[in-house]
Parts: sequence; C-alpha cells; structure tokens
Amino acid sequence: MEFLFYFGDVFSPISFALLVLGTVGGLILGATPGLSPTMAVALLIPFTFHLQPVQGLILLGAAYTSTVAGGAVSAILLKIPGAPANIATTLDGHAMAKQGKGARALQLSFLASAIGGVFGVLLLIFLTPVLAQWALAFGPSHLFWLAILGVTIIGSLDSNSLVKGLLSGCIGLWLATIGFDDIMGAQRFIFHSSLSGGINIIAALIGLFAIPQVLMMFSKGRSFDDLVVVEVEKHSIISSVYELFSRIRALVIGTFTGSIIGLIPGVGGQIAGLVAYDQTKKFSPERSKFGKGHSEGIIAAESANNAMVGPSLVPLLTLSIPGSPTAAVLLGGLLIHGIFPGTDLFDNHPDVAWTFINSMLIGQILMCLFGLYVAGLAARVAQVPNNVMAAIVLALAVFGSYSVQSSMGDVYVMASLGIMMYFLERFGFSAAPLVLGLILGPIAEANFIQGNMIAQASDGLFNYFFLGPLNLILISIVILSILYSALMEIRSLYSQKKEEI
Amino acid sequence: MKNVTIPYFQHVIVSGIIALIGIWVTFISYTQQPSEAFLFPRLISSIFAALAIWTFIKALLKKTKIGNGMSYNNFLKLLPGLIVMITFIFFAAKAVGFYTSSSFTVFIIISFYDRRSHYELKSWFKRGLITLGYFFILYGLFAILLKVYTPNELFF
Repeated sequence: MEFLFYFGDVFSPISFALLVLGTVGGLILGATPGLSPTMAVALLIPFTFHLQPVQGLILLGAAYTSTVAGGAVSAILLKIPGAPANIATTLDGHAMAKQGKGARALQLSFLASAIGGVFGVLLLIFLTPVLAQWALAFGPSHLFWLAILGVTIIGSLDSNSLVKGLLSGCIGLWLATIGFDDIMGAQRFIFHSSLSGGINIIAALIGLFAIPQVLMMFSKGRSFDDLVVVEVEKHSIISSVYELFSRIRALVIGTFTGSIIGLIPGVGGQIAGLVAYDQTKKFSPERSKFGKGHSEGIIAAESANNAMVGPSLVPLLTLSIPGSPTAAVLLGGLLIHGIFPGTDLFDNHPDVAWTFINSMLIGQILMCLFGLYVAGLAARVAQVPNNVMAAIVLALAVFGSYSVQSSMGDVYVMASLGIMMYFLERFGFSAAPLVLGLILGPIAEANFIQGNMIAQASDGLFNYFFLGPLNLILISIVILSILYSALMEIRSLYSQKKEEI
Repeated sequence: MKNVTIPYFQHVIVSGIIALIGIWVTFISYTQQPSEAFLFPRLISSIFAALAIWTFIKALLKKTKIGNGMSYNNFLKLLPGLIVMITFIFFAAKAVGFYTSSSFTVFIIISFYDRRSHYELKSWFKRGLITLGYFFILYGLFAILLKVYTPNELFF
C-alpha cells in the first residue's frame, strides 16, 4: 500500500495543472485523425525537459491515457477512429450518433473508458512492485535475453510479416550501436559527424512516428474527405450510468480482455478493442444488433482499450520491456530524465514511480469528466485539414528534435530516419520493432558484454547464456513468440489460397 | 516477364538495398578493430544480414505478400512536400533561423496542398492568417514563455 503515501503529491499545484493540461490536450490530440497516441507522446517529450522528472511523466502519462479515450470522439462523431485502438468503437458508435444518440454514445464511451482504465491502473499498482522485486533475481544474461525478448515479441506480433518485423528490430539494434563504444571508446559506424554521439532516442522517436505521418498527409495531395460532425443532443448522464451498469457483461469482458492483452508485451490497444468487441458479441443474446448502434459494442471496445493502458506499463516499469509502442516512447521519456525502470525506479525513486502511477489513476477520472465536456470541441479540432496538420506537425518535429541537445545533427537524424521509415512502411516494415531495438539495444549490449566477461571468468559462454532455468524460460518465450507468428502467417496464407481456389 | 508489376520491382529494389546495407554492416563489424568493441555489432549484424538476404530472395521469387509499394501518382503528390521539407530541415532552418524558415514552410505547405482555389484572394488571405497565427503562437510559447533554444541564425 506504499502508493497511498504519494497520493498527495499528485495534487501539488504544478503536478495537478500538468495532469489537467495533459488530459485535455490528450483528448483533443486523440480525437485528431492522423495524430496517434504514440506520435502525440513523442512530440510532447521535448516539452518535459524543463520539468522535474515526475512532472514530465505526469504530463506524458495523462496524454497517453486520454489520447486513447479521445480517439473515440472522432470515431463516434466523424466515423474516423482517432487511433487504431478506436477502430472497434466506430462500428457501433457512429451508428448510434447517426440515430441521434451521439451524446449517449460519448457518455458511455468515456464512462466505460474510465472504469476500464481505473481497473488497469489498479492492476499496475498491485502487480508492479511484486514483479520489480522478482526482477532483482535477474543477472546480465537474463537482462540480455529480456531485451531480445522485447524486440522479438514486438517484431513478431506487431508486424504483418514475421521476417520484416524481426528485420526491423535488427535494424533498430544496429542503429543503437552507432557512436562511441562504452568500454573501448572505439568509433562504430560513424559515417557523418552528426552521428558521433550516437542516435538520440528522442529525435529518433519523433522522426520514426511523426515524419511518416506528415509524408502520408502529403501523399494524399489536395484531396481530403469532407468530415461531417454529427450534431450532439443533450442526454442525461444518470441514464448513461444506469445503462452502463445494465450492460455489465460487456463492461466486464472489455475490462478483463483489455487488462490481459495489455500485460502481453507488443500487443496494442487496437487488438484489445477488437478482441473485446468480438468476445462481447459472441456472448451477447442481442448479437444481431451489433454494428447497428448497440451500446454493448461501445462499452466493450472502450473499456478494453483503456484497461490496456495500465497493464502495458507493468513490463515497462519492472523489466524495461514496453507493452505497446506508446509505452516504448514513455521508456524514452524515463531514460532522458535519468530514471531506469525496474528495482532502481521503486527503490531509489519511489516518489517518481508512485506519483506517476497515482496520477494515471486520477487521470482516468479527469479524462471522463473533461471528456464529456470537450468532446464537441475535440470533434471540431479533428476537422483541421491535412495540409495545416502536416505543416504544424513538421515544425513541431523539427523543434522537438533540436531542443533535445540544441543540435542540428539530431534534426538531420530525425528527418533521415523519418523519411526512411515512410518508404519502409510502404513495403511492410514497421516502426514499433525498430524503435524497440533502438531503445533496448544499449541494455542488450551492456548486459551482453558484462555477461561475456562473467562467462569467460566462470563456466563458459554457452553455459552462462543458454543454461539455467530463467535463461531457458526466456529463450523458450522468444522461440514461442516467433513460432506463433510464423504459424499465424502460414494459416493466413493457407486461408488466402483456399479463398482463391 | 509475365505478370511483372511495379511493386515487384519496388520490393526487389528496396529489399536489395537493405540486403546490401546488411552485408556492408556485417563486413565492417568483422573487419574493424578493436574486435572487443564490435562483439555485439557482429552478433546483431549477422542476423540483420541473414534476414535481409532472406527478404531479398523472397522478393526476387515474388513471394512477398505484405506491402503495396508506392504508386507513381502518390509519389508525384508527395514530392513537392518532400522537397519543401528537405529544404526546410537541411538548409533553411540553420541558414535563416527556425521561426522564419518554419513560417515560410508552413505557408508553402498549406498553400500548395490547399484544395481551395489558388485564384481566390480570400483563400490566400486565410492561408496568410493561419501562418501568422502559427508564428505568433509558436514564438510566444517557445521563445517567450518556455525560452527554449531553436536553430537561430540570420533572422530569429
């Protein structure tokens, strides 16, 4: 119950103001199609440099939580999911809005998000310290395999092609080796002076997530769809609360599904929302109403994608393995403030860890309260045309990457990686495993070198890295995740061929 | 050359470039000294090269199923924006300062990609107004309120 001691810190004037700012800003950013939660958090990181680590994390955490929920606004009122996590919400949400029940759909969406989100953060509160203590038993070989596990899981599950996902992860791990070697001080792969300090993680994150979006908006040219906002009528919040609890099955399925999926590293909110929607539909006696404006569809999808947020931070805060691409960006935010996840975080910076986690709990409630009021405004912001959005995001990306170290080299790296990623995405490569490789690369290398030294002084490289129960468990999970993805790919190819026949 | 489409060639070219980079990185890892500094890069680059060659062979044998490549039309739409972006980032930001160059970039991008007529005075007025709004908000926020460093040369 250590977290209770730090509850008051969330309500200090600056922290609370940042929580409100992050929540409201996140709701508006989340409602804007094309601005994914990952990109929003990446663009916000430079704004946290001048803040205390805990304040910076509160801002980022609030933005993460509310961008996921804010995506429901455009999904319901515009039929465009603000983020991939809100795809399932579009199915019933927009249908309800068209029937003149937009306010009810929004209220149900924010209430379900808040309940799912609170449950997810409670899971984070109770699971994290246990896992963090367990992480103490980890030596260099285990930490090396954990880093590799993080890259392979995201590489195999987050990508449509297993080989391309793993290859993206390898490119990220290689990019992480650019610069001066920590032990020998030798130069590695420095092809240009701007690479002498290595690749700055924040600049790389901004480039990899923001620039491809900007280029995607350019590639649409002058045409963009006319977005029509469905008008919202007044609706009693009390009757929405009553309806939410009368649809308890959807709420429970959504919350549990989202929490479990969030705990699995690499599986994002998009999957949580869709799986919860599908499961609720299967168990519902009114399954024929799904897709036509049924409130159970919204409740299941929104409770799931917000329940995923808290648990996705469990592997991040304990084992340095981000549960989602946005969590990977948060890891970058932690590292630039000199905070390392795991036991270091809970033993040496409990104030930072618990205030951050508590702020996410309060943030869920604020998100629900503000969400109901700013939904209309957020939907109007979502109508900002692509050309204006692209220009502003581009300027913010340049500003953000420059402000990290006041270096134009970082801006060049940001732009080069972003342009490269845009073209790679057209050929089935994915940014998430590349980012994970870049973030976890230094952790993998440091533990590989340390483990290598221990192995040479003791029982040899093979025994040290490949034997022992914990090593074997981690290696098995790496292999299983690869085999599972390979199996899924073969199954989908088989069914495609069957359809062709 | 039956059934050979543009995405096929695009996949072959892109995966070929990645394979070449993979082989080159592996070569550097195994030939550079001190060898202790390249221990981890050797491990990673070997897997990188193996996966890249696999991807290239798959592309060559037309086994690639993921990725639609880039159409000529989309590339033509993208190109002006890409040129403006490269000019802004690699030349203008350092040469004329962040606020001046980014304001020009914003104006050019919103004007070029605006679907409203380019012959209407009213729409040019709107574009100018958006750019001014952008400039004052960003300058007020970053330079005056947050006092953050930005590329700062000829102008501001």
